Amino acid sequence: MKWAIIRFPGSNCDEDARFALEKAGLKAEYVWHTETSLKGFDGAFLPGGFSYGDYLRAGALAAKSPVMEEVRRFAHEGRPVIGVCNGFQVLTEAGILPGALLANLNLHFTCKEVGVRVERNDLPFTRLYQKRQVLRLPIAHAEGRYYADAETLARLEGEGLVVFRYAPLKGETDYNPNGSLHDIAGITNERGNVLGMMPHPERAVDEVLGGTDGLPLFLGLLEEVTG
Amino acid sequence: METLAQEIGIPEEEYREITQRLGREPNRVELFLFKVMWSEHCAYKNSRPLLKQLPKEGEAVLQGPGENAGVVRIGEGWAVAFKIESHNHPSAVEPFQGAATGVGGIIRDIMSMGARPIALLDSLRFGPLGDARSRYLLKGVVSGIAHYGNAIGVPTVGGDLYFHEGYRENPLVNAMCLGLLREEHLRRSQASLGRPIYYAGAKTGRDGIGGAAFASRELSEDKEEDRPAVQVGDPFLGKLLMEATLEAIEKDLVEGVQDMGAAGLTSSLSELAFKSGLGVELDLDRVPTRERNMGPIELLLSESQERMVLVPKEGRERELEEVFRKWGLDCVPVARTIPERVFRVLFRGEVVAEVPTEALAEAPTYVRIGREDPEIRRLREMPLPPLAANPQEILPQLLASPNLASREAIYERYDHQVGTRTTLVPGKGDAAVLWVKGTHLGIATKVDQNPRYSRLHPRLGAMHALAEACRNVSVVGAKPLAYTDGLNLGSPETPEGYFELQETLAGLREASEALGVPVVSGNVSLYNESGGRRIPPTAMVGVVGVLDIRRRAEMGFRRPGEVILLLGEEKGELGGSEVLYLLSGLEAGHPPRLDLEQEKRVQEAIRELIALGLTRTAHDLAEGGLLAALAEMTFPYGLGATVEVRTRGSEPPSGHLALLFGEAPSRILFTVDKEHLKETTFRLEEMGLPYRVLGETGGHTLTVLTPDGVLEWEVEELLAAWKRPLREVLDGQA
Repeated sequence: MKWAIIRFPGSNCDEDARFALEKAGLKAEYVWHTETSLKGFDGAFLPGGFSYGDYLRAGALAAKSPVMEEVRRFAHEGRPVIGVCNGFQVLTEAGILPGALLANLNLHFTCKEVGVRVERNDLPFTRLYQKRQVLRLPIAHAEGRYYADAETLARLEGEGLVVFRYAPLKGETDYNPNGSLHDIAGITNERGNVLGMMPHPERAVDEVLGGTDGLPLFLGLLEEVTG
Repeated sequence: METLAQEIGIPEEEYREITQRLGREPNRVELFLFKVMWSEHCAYKNSRPLLKQLPKEGEAVLQGPGENAGVVRIGEGWAVAFKIESHNHPSAVEPFQGAATGVGGIIRDIMSMGARPIALLDSLRFGPLGDARSRYLLKGVVSGIAHYGNAIGVPTVGGDLYFHEGYRENPLVNAMCLGLLREEHLRRSQASLGRPIYYAGAKTGRDGIGGAAFASRELSEDKEEDRPAVQVGDPFLGKLLMEATLEAIEKDLVEGVQDMGAAGLTSSLSELAFKSGLGVELDLDRVPTRERNMGPIELLLSESQERMVLVPKEGRERELEEVFRKWGLDCVPVARTIPERVFRVLFRGEVVAEVPTEALAEAPTYVRIGREDPEIRRLREMPLPPLAANPQEILPQLLASPNLASREAIYERYDHQVGTRTTLVPGKGDAAVLWVKGTHLGIATKVDQNPRYSRLHPRLGAMHALAEACRNVSVVGAKPLAYTDGLNLGSPETPEGYFELQETLAGLREASEALGVPVVSGNVSLYNESGGRRIPPTAMVGVVGVLDIRRRAEMGFRRPGEVILLLGEEKGELGGSEVLYLLSGLEAGHPPRLDLEQEKRVQEAIRELIALGLTRTAHDLAEGGLLAALAEMTFPYGLGATVEVRTRGSEPPSGHLALLFGEAPSRILFTVDKEHLKETTFRLEEMGLPYRVLGETGGHTLTVLTPDGVLEWEVEELLAAWKRPLREVLDGQA
């Protein structure tokens, strides 16, 4: 299975995404944002960073890049698409996932480890986790407060499209780091082939980096093909 | 012309020197070239003769001082380029942009060596935290560092921060960057004859004109007037420039690289030519601009950010242009190397300046007579008043003092993990540790300096700075390889200021020789004074070391039932200490004595214990002494400890307080499993080093048994006291 890591000008977690995908035994190649074809790839990964310097709005300019038409096609055809951090912001700006990511309630960039609860494990991305398992994952963003109107939220909840939710690691009450509605940290589409999340699973794939809770997400992608 | 020279602040004797070197009067443009190139910032006029004394040779050194950054080998064909640089004056005027462009500038220095920047550290000094202006500067600087570092995708992994009366008018902002490279990718600032020189990156505007000269004079009372000299940074453009430059180096398209920093085109091109033993002809009409009608002086001196100079290899010019086109950046030839060793500048087809490169590069140097400030000597020799206070109350207060309090509220604003190399995140270890993926190599780094020690005893203070940075690197398990020094001092033109410069360098040399750690890069920022008040001499020392990533130590207690040992003497001094300041408001007395031979052996010992796998938890004793260090070890995992402290032979109450909270170097706390205790103590005895078993980890309190009774604190309570002060300032409205 070969993954395209989409590089926008200003992407900066591209190497980290490649490291995680390859660590899980997947092939990965960088694809420049001006490309108009993702032929030969099986999945698309939109990495974190500051595409276009986050100018205008985080993800807004990247969402208009030529390559996004292909990402949209992948989403429609049921191929796996993952957007992490800035990648999630790009997916919402492109309308591939619903809602928006607003400025954190504390109004500043926040980098720390948080608790993230797995809400469903019937997706390729989460099949190797236990349902309701709380993962330790790093966040690093200034605009990560998930927001959607009441109707959209009701639909997300009703259809079980919330994949990850912020949760306490050891009973703390201020576990939601950015003020996301319904503690939402990651969502999927109706078909379950597109994942957008603010925490960085690719930063937690090796003991040397202080944690491995992100690795099963990538290993799960491998199992889907071979298993 | 002589009148103009006077107006722009060129001293009379230097003007005479210029005319002598040229054999004629300089024209207006040439005069400005000398003005910036002979500024202290670019020319090290006062520090160069003293800097020569520092040891620069070492087994690991690939590139010593004189280039954009120093480079050391770390093994398996990998090398690390690193350097620290000041951005003090811009940050005093406009803290956000000052700090942001400081970060951008040091990142470009590192990529000029062919290295991918992988880590940033920041060494910051402000006036008292109680001052509204200090808080404003702190918040602005932290936001500026976050703005640039986070967006360009280089993690900010460490640093140090002090609040001190002496920085009230002159805050210090020094940024250090580390880059990783394969040895064969090492590039330098050089070019062969007849090569075109390309200008790449942002267009040139009128911002930051005369920044180098601005950095080399005292801040005027009205700082707002200096605003036009502050540059504006764009991390997005910086990121594109970094990727394009590294791609060009990776594809082997360039023979020389140089960043455009202080004094812009003038400095980068004339130095490139000088280092190559050549001259350069620059055509200003080819320089990409974003403002109209810029004159030759403006074009030559502009410090617009995110610009680089590249010399393509022969026949690779088109490919180089293609790489930059892909990243959407200008990349155009603006100059050419020539055999005559001159810096020749063309503007609208005419030669507007022609100056020997040597005349520009080799500014006159000054050796002055220094004399110690008698007030400083009085403070150092002053007998300390007897201190009486209840240790039970002191510890939480000490932990909440601005110089000890948790930096979490600051480092949470920095992306400290992007790049997936950060092994020890801030707050987990005494030094940051970065992993070279695909190997077992780890890079440890830390920057240190204590303003109280340095103010009271400049020479000893500088020795402490290097010793402590090396100790912090050793405590995570790494062998220190080399250091970079950010020297920040007052004016060298007063005997007192010059004395401090001399003493600082003498101290660095002594410690450098004794510890066997050479300097490979650095920066000098003088004239940090206002209204005749100098900052404390501040030699920020950034050390880089290497370790086996599988054998590393953290600072926090992790498992209950481990034995806690103190390596080094059981002592503590009050001179220049935080506890003295807390209890008496005094900064006085002789700072702790430092036995460099003992320091070296203690560092070797802890590295050996970590390498043997005997300990995974170690922490250096610094400000606040023994009890502060123990408290800090309980914080990362919330695990407590019970220890016994002996106070025999010390005079109560000051003597007891000195043992509990006093400061002294060459001391490290660490833990071992019970089954490893015997082997550990055997090895320490074999090395002839003093140590004592203090107690055991466990529980949720820090409990200290003393002959005078039991001291006990809930870890949670200490943790809250420790975290509160900077949280309130950074997150609140304070």
